Amino acid sequence: MSVFNQSRKTVIQLIFLGIVGAIVLRLFFLQVLQKKYKQLANEQAIERKVIYPGRGIIYDSRGRVVVNNDALYDLMVTPVAVKSMDTAYFCNLVDIDTAQFRRLIYRAIVKNSRVRPSVFIPLLSPEEYGRLQENLYQFPGFELVERPVRNYPYPAGASIFGYTAEVDSATIRRSKDFYLSGDFVGKNGLERSYEPVLMGKRGIQYLVRDVRNRPQGPYAGGMYDTPSVAGRNLYLALDMDLQTLGERLMQNKIGAIVALDPKTGGVLALVSSPDFNPSLLRGADRSSNYARLLHDPEEPLFNRAIQAGYPPGSTFKPVDALIALNQGVITPAFGIVCLGAYYGCGRVYKCTETKPGHASSLLNAIAYSCNSYFLQVFRMIIDQNHHVADGLVNWDHQLSQFGLGHRLGIDLPGESPGYIPDTAHYDKVFGKGRWNSCTVVSVGIGQGETVETPLQIANLMAIIANHGFYYTPHLVMRVEGGDPAIARFRIKHEIPQVDESDYQTVIKGMEEVVEHGTAFDAQIPGINICGKTGTAENYKVINGVRVKLKDHSLFGAFAPMENPKIAICVVVENAGFGATWAAPIASLMMEKYLRDTIATDRLPLLQRIEAADLIPEYIKVEKQQVDSLEKVSLHKLAVRTGIPVPIASNFHR
Amino acid sequence: MNRKNTTLARGIDWPVVYLFIALTLVGVLSIFAVEHREGESVINTLFHFSKTYAQQVKWLGICAILAIIILQVDSKLFTATANLLYVAGIGLLLLVLVAGKDIKGSHSWLVIGGFQFQPAELCKLFTDLALAKYLSGLETNFRRLKSQIIAIAIALIPAFITIFQNETGLALVYFCFFIPMYREGLPGEVLVVAFSLVILVISALLVNKDLLFIILSAIALLVLYLSRRGMARRRVRIILVVLIWGFCSSFVMFAVPFAFKHVLRPYQVTRINVMLGKEINPQAGYNVMQSKIAIGSGGFLGKGYLKGTQTRFDFVPEQSTDFIFCTIGEEFGFFGSLVLLGIYIALLMRIILIAERQRSVFTRVYAYGVASIIFFHMAINIGMEVGLAPVIGIPLPLISYGGSSLMTFTALTFILLRLDADRQMVLR
Repeated sequence: MSVFNQSRKTVIQLIFLGIVGAIVLRLFFLQVLQKKYKQLANEQAIERKVIYPGRGIIYDSRGRVVVNNDALYDLMVTPVAVKSMDTAYFCNLVDIDTAQFRRLIYRAIVKNSRVRPSVFIPLLSPEEYGRLQENLYQFPGFELVERPVRNYPYPAGASIFGYTAEVDSATIRRSKDFYLSGDFVGKNGLERSYEPVLMGKRGIQYLVRDVRNRPQGPYAGGMYDTPSVAGRNLYLALDMDLQTLGERLMQNKIGAIVALDPKTGGVLALVSSPDFNPSLLRGADRSSNYARLLHDPEEPLFNRAIQAGYPPGSTFKPVDALIALNQGVITPAFGIVCLGAYYGCGRVYKCTETKPGHASSLLNAIAYSCNSYFLQVFRMIIDQNHHVADGLVNWDHQLSQFGLGHRLGIDLPGESPGYIPDTAHYDKVFGKGRWNSCTVVSVGIGQGETVETPLQIANLMAIIANHGFYYTPHLVMRVEGGDPAIARFRIKHEIPQVDESDYQTVIKGMEEVVEHGTAFDAQIPGINICGKTGTAENYKVINGVRVKLKDHSLFGAFAPMENPKIAICVVVENAGFGATWAAPIASLMMEKYLRDTIATDRLPLLQRIEAADLIPEYIKVEKQQVDSLEKVSLHKLAVRTGIPVPIASNFHR
Repeated sequence: MNRKNTTLARGIDWPVVYLFIALTLVGVLSIFAVEHREGESVINTLFHFSKTYAQQVKWLGICAILAIIILQVDSKLFTATANLLYVAGIGLLLLVLVAGKDIKGSHSWLVIGGFQFQPAELCKLFTDLALAKYLSGLETNFRRLKSQIIAIAIALIPAFITIFQNETGLALVYFCFFIPMYREGLPGEVLVVAFSLVILVISALLVNKDLLFIILSAIALLVLYLSRRGMARRRVRIILVVLIWGFCSSFVMFAVPFAFKHVLRPYQVTRINVMLGKEINPQAGYNVMQSKIAIGSGGFLGKGYLKGTQTRFDFVPEQSTDFIFCTIGEEFGFFGSLVLLGIYIALLMRIILIAERQRSVFTRVYAYGVASIIFFHMAINIGMEVGLAPVIGIPLPLISYGGSSLMTFTALTFILLRLDADRQMVLR
């Protein structure tokens, strides 16, 4: 019987082999032919984690940290892992209600699916972090993830540093996907100018995750990881003490201060007022604070130091003088008779000084800021070849060499070029050949169409202090590890054709200004200051009517005369005479910088300036309107939601 | 080879032992790969039996003792007690129905003093012995229908009891005893019919039953048309064709839907449907999908030992028991899987060789039974993990974690080795 059935052994063996063969074929298909399983596995188990490097730290000229990084924490949630917890207690800890809790969870699911972690509450305050940290074990599915955020040890310099924020989609596209959604980029100020340097290099870490998305260590021993490279540090010319003082002096005023080191072009202080605490634009409240700042009628986000064009007023006169001397139109001894007004053009141009003999020489004319004198000189300059258009072209060319009418190229975004009217402008306004030196004469005293930024005026002072050269004003003196971008700040810009003796004459005149001229208030005992006041007429359209507002108060100066270490420009909008506010502010700034302290007997001056509220009336009115609108909308919100909304009263520092 | 001559191991078929040890080692290493985490002290874990691989090592030790004991026993004991053990096994199965404990949804476990085991596992061994005993009986004439029915009954009674324990997977294994019966002369047609039934069931599930009915009728008519010549003489054939057609049709139209509605449990229906691709049920499909991802991501050479991401981080459920093959597939790839299948084939072929060299019918039937049990487990388990078979919870022999299973396979194998060592003895 068994012999008969022996052939069945083969059949059984074939059945075994056949089925195993089918399995082998299937395995071959799964493991060798199909590639999708490998991909599926990687998607499931390997997480690509971006490691954000710390942004570069910013130091001031004395080596103090002015911008660094703070570790704030994002509360992350993985919805699938959230279970059996005391929701009420949790909500209490993070200060939300249960309805909000549900909404946030729902949003996380919609945004990032159930199994991937997404931000539940971004950038927790340190107190919230502290409260959560010790209780987090009770809340499965929640974790705290460190997120470096900018920190500002000094509450100053917002207009210089700018801020960082999550990158927008347009920037991502423009960067050809170099940036990823969720990256923080510099949005303004140095953060933006030096973004590539400060940002560093993102690292990528591949992590193996288990089925519940818990990290289980590096993938393949970290073989494919790339380390992150920290951002490089910036070393500024900025003196944070000076900056802080500047901001204090400018509080409740609208205007700007720019202080330069004439020898290097380094920016010692750059104040735009009103300013705001840079910490407002970091952390969780960034966007709401930003919106408030944006809609503030005082325009704190407008960097007046480099973006605002002011009529330079009399601060323009030294340039007038230099050009006239250089072109041989006048000599230092040239003088006119001025009795308080200029009648040369058929209409009266008033002069603030009426004392006889105040325009008897160039020196006196500068010291007493004689309008008549410089109107005359300006006409002589552009009329010298009896062709006003040629004269103006020549004039514009000279001005442009002094850094006017074009961007200086400071390392901050958004610099304004100012404006110097050219022949094309007048041809358009008056018609070709239908204007003469009288038509445009107000340009000669820094009025009319001419506008300059405070930075340009400060730079002008630096040129005079240097006897004819300047370096492009810049904040960053050194980038850690070097950076070719700052090489341009080492290029010396020389003003050609102006004689040394011409500078000496003008400088002497500017010394007179402070000694016993218009800027008597700017004196600092023991320091020879050269300055020039400016009182600029200005107009504004308010409610459809062009209104002449109170004059801007300007002052440009440098000190000490013998070896200039600081060149400064102060503008206080609608504050009256240059001598009244701008000059003493500049004086205190210079004293602080040169002496490192302010003399006791000058402290009352400092306090008086600090306390002064020079915000123009029209802005106060606007502000009131905005505030009441806001109150109305907050009230409506409160009525709709039933939650009383606190009105932030001490919003500004 | 000194030790071959010691009394303990005299006449032992060493290739089977080597293959057996190879498989158990693969098993322990695979379970280790699933459970071990970097930085853990292996020694410590082994010492405290705190992880399943340590448990498996413990079970291996117990099995080694069991194997040695079996090799000491006089082989006559197995023939003598075969029927008794079978009856005892049936008794245990029935006892489970009354006093069993539910573990993971199956009512098939007995707990004795904190020690739990599955009688259905053990009963495979007893059934094999009993079948061998019956077929080797001098009074048995296996050509007779009555003997065939008795043999089939011996094989399938435990299966039916097991179905009632919610262990359909284990119950299916008993159908593997058709292979030794076939070897002993069960008509080949039975295998063909069984195979056809499987085809019929699957097509009944896949194809619309009305369409299938039309197809079956068409085939029947075609057969009749082809054999139209001399139809008068072959009345029997016509009747046969009509009978088959009638049976198939009613099977398709009534039996399968009935079974699906009333016999199978909903989760089993879902599993079968998922396997057939008729139903996308993420819950039921999840295991198989994860298993396929794990195996498929292994590629040709695999990710390397302890470097699998899917199998080590809980993506595949039941990782160290039913889905252990995923670990091998992922970490050693197609090549490693081939080697493992090679070991199994070598073991199976070796057992068939042993079976065929027996003078004793008992040993031969028993050996074929052992080969068939191992083969069924292996084929269904791996087939399930690669998506060829529905998800049936049966372990991969000698590799999956589990004491009951390991001890059963040890006993099966070493009883065979013991019997084989005594093959020169008188016919039994």
